Amino acid sequence: MVDVTSSAPAAEEAPPRKASLPHLGKARDFALAMIVPGLLLLLWYVATTQRWTRLIPTPAETAEYMVDFAVGGIYDDAFSATLHIHLLASMSRVYGGFLLAAAVALPLGLLIGRIPLARKTLDPFFQLMRPIPVTAWLPLSMILFGLGAKSAFSLVFLGAFYPILLNTIFGVKNVDPKLFEAASMLGCRGNAQFFRVVLPAALPSIFTGLRLGLGLAWFVIVVGEMTGVPQGLGAVIMDGRTLSRTELVICGMIIIGIVGYLSDRIVMMIGNHLLRWSPTHHG
Amino acid sequence: MAETDSLSAPLPIIEIRNVSKTFWLGEQKIEALSGANLEIRKGEFICLIGASGCGKSTLLRIMAGFEQPTGGEALMWGKPITEPGPSRGMVFQDYALFPWLTVRNNIAFGPKSQGRSTGEVKEICDRFIEMVGLQKFANAYPHQLSGGMRQRVAIARVLANDAELVLMDEPFGALDAMTRERLQDELLEIWERTKLTVVFVTHAIEEAIFLADRVVVMSPGPGRIDSDNRLTLPRPRDVASPEFNEIRRDLSARLHSHHGKKAA
Ligand SMILES: Nc1ncnc2c1ncn2[C@@H]1O[C@H](COP(=O)(O)OP(=O)(O)O)[C@@H](O)[C@H]1O
Ligand SMILES: [Mg+2]
Repeated sequence: MVDVTSSAPAAEEAPPRKASLPHLGKARDFALAMIVPGLLLLLWYVATTQRWTRLIPTPAETAEYMVDFAVGGIYDDAFSATLHIHLLASMSRVYGGFLLAAAVALPLGLLIGRIPLARKTLDPFFQLMRPIPVTAWLPLSMILFGLGAKSAFSLVFLGAFYPILLNTIFGVKNVDPKLFEAASMLGCRGNAQFFRVVLPAALPSIFTGLRLGLGLAWFVIVVGEMTGVPQGLGAVIMDGRTLSRTELVICGMIIIGIVGYLSDRIVMMIGNHLLRWSPTHHG
Repeated sequence: MAETDSLSAPLPIIEIRNVSKTFWLGEQKIEALSGANLEIRKGEFICLIGASGCGKSTLLRIMAGFEQPTGGEALMWGKPITEPGPSRGMVFQDYALFPWLTVRNNIAFGPKSQGRSTGEVKEICDRFIEMVGLQKFANAYPHQLSGGMRQRVAIARVLANDAELVLMDEPFGALDAMTRERLQDELLEIWERTKLTVVFVTHAIEEAIFLADRVVVMSPGPGRIDSDNRLTLPRPRDVASPEFNEIRRDLSARLHSHHGKKAA
């Protein structure tokens, strides 16, 4: 009798199995992912060593410069061993602007998504502002905040703001109506539903917004730091251009790429853990 | 008017008095229900059958308190049903489980809403997880379960909430035949053990005859209750028996006469 009830469900559906050799699968995935970057590196190498172009340094020169940029001891110029300073400056703007954007966009999104009056008041305004690209704000933000860190910060804020706002609104507006019915028949009604139904149901969407927002924050940092800040990866890239030091430009780009990627992976890992219940949310 | 009745017979758990429900789709008027009357006694197992669009879900949703009738009244223990509540649990065809909660926490949702203590909640969950045989899956999320298992969770969720009346809207309609049969058996067993009152919507005649004390046949355009058939066949019922087949033929004829009328 006990057997019938406890073993029967197990037979109904076997949960999806992992591949029998997970490590091999991982190694293969990695190899596949490396093909395109590898080819690009090869092209770069061939193009520069065969002197197809003299405008950019070879990979080896760039690597050497990267080491100097990071720890110094090779060229000992103004940029030697300054990576951490620039990285820290950029990261503080990226995460500062992002956190501020999240702090404003999340509550606003919840309000606009749930309260019709807030939606009617605020939604048209944000829809109107949204098509203005972040870069178009640059001159105005320079006028308002001057040349410097505040300008960069405000652009990062703007870049991260809309993805978070729009995805939060979408998430809280699109909760399956059946879930409200289920909650109310179980005795959870009115405002109590906000925390027990709306918020968890909207979490995947909110998370997508946060992830896009953080990506965009890294995206606009170079633009933000073009406004005459002394430190930051964007500033390094702009200085590199002004001084015709292409290796500096490339180093800055590579670092932004890597740090932006790592930052996204961390957010993804947090998301995969928080949203492990969601069948559609695995990256 | 009903006072004299209530002295002789106990109050019905559900009373549907001349209930109508009209929806408006723009200019178009849809009479989902028209003058429905139904009395349900505590402990009965009622099946509602009928062609799609004849108002079965609407009637069920009125009993649940999700919809208000546009005419007549729906009473539970003699009091109008004005809103959804824990005494009436709904089991939806598409489960409507909370996907972010584990099996255990889905079942705990109701008791927690009622403000039960942690210890009580745990005890209740254990009891109902065992009742539906999902001990091994207590910490799984709904997307990790098969359809049959999800529907077991949905049933346990309303039982854990002390629902007196369980409303089921084609709960097994999306399941394969084997799973459906197993769940029918389990549901009957739970019903017999707990003295629940069940209103079960289905469009499968066999399912209705297998489960019900009374099979209420509804017909569309406008949606209304057509006949109320008490089944006295002893349980467990044998779907291959001549008695079963006779009832099936009879109900089938009732159902299809309306299709015929509609088509003509
Ligand atoms: N919310 C609604 N708005 C408009 N029409 C509805 C609504 N709910 C049900 N109806 C209509 O009412 C009729 C009965 O529906 P329903 O009760 O769902 O029937 P059944 O469950 O028997 O298939 C159908 O014509 C359906 O289209
Ligand atoms: Mg229906």
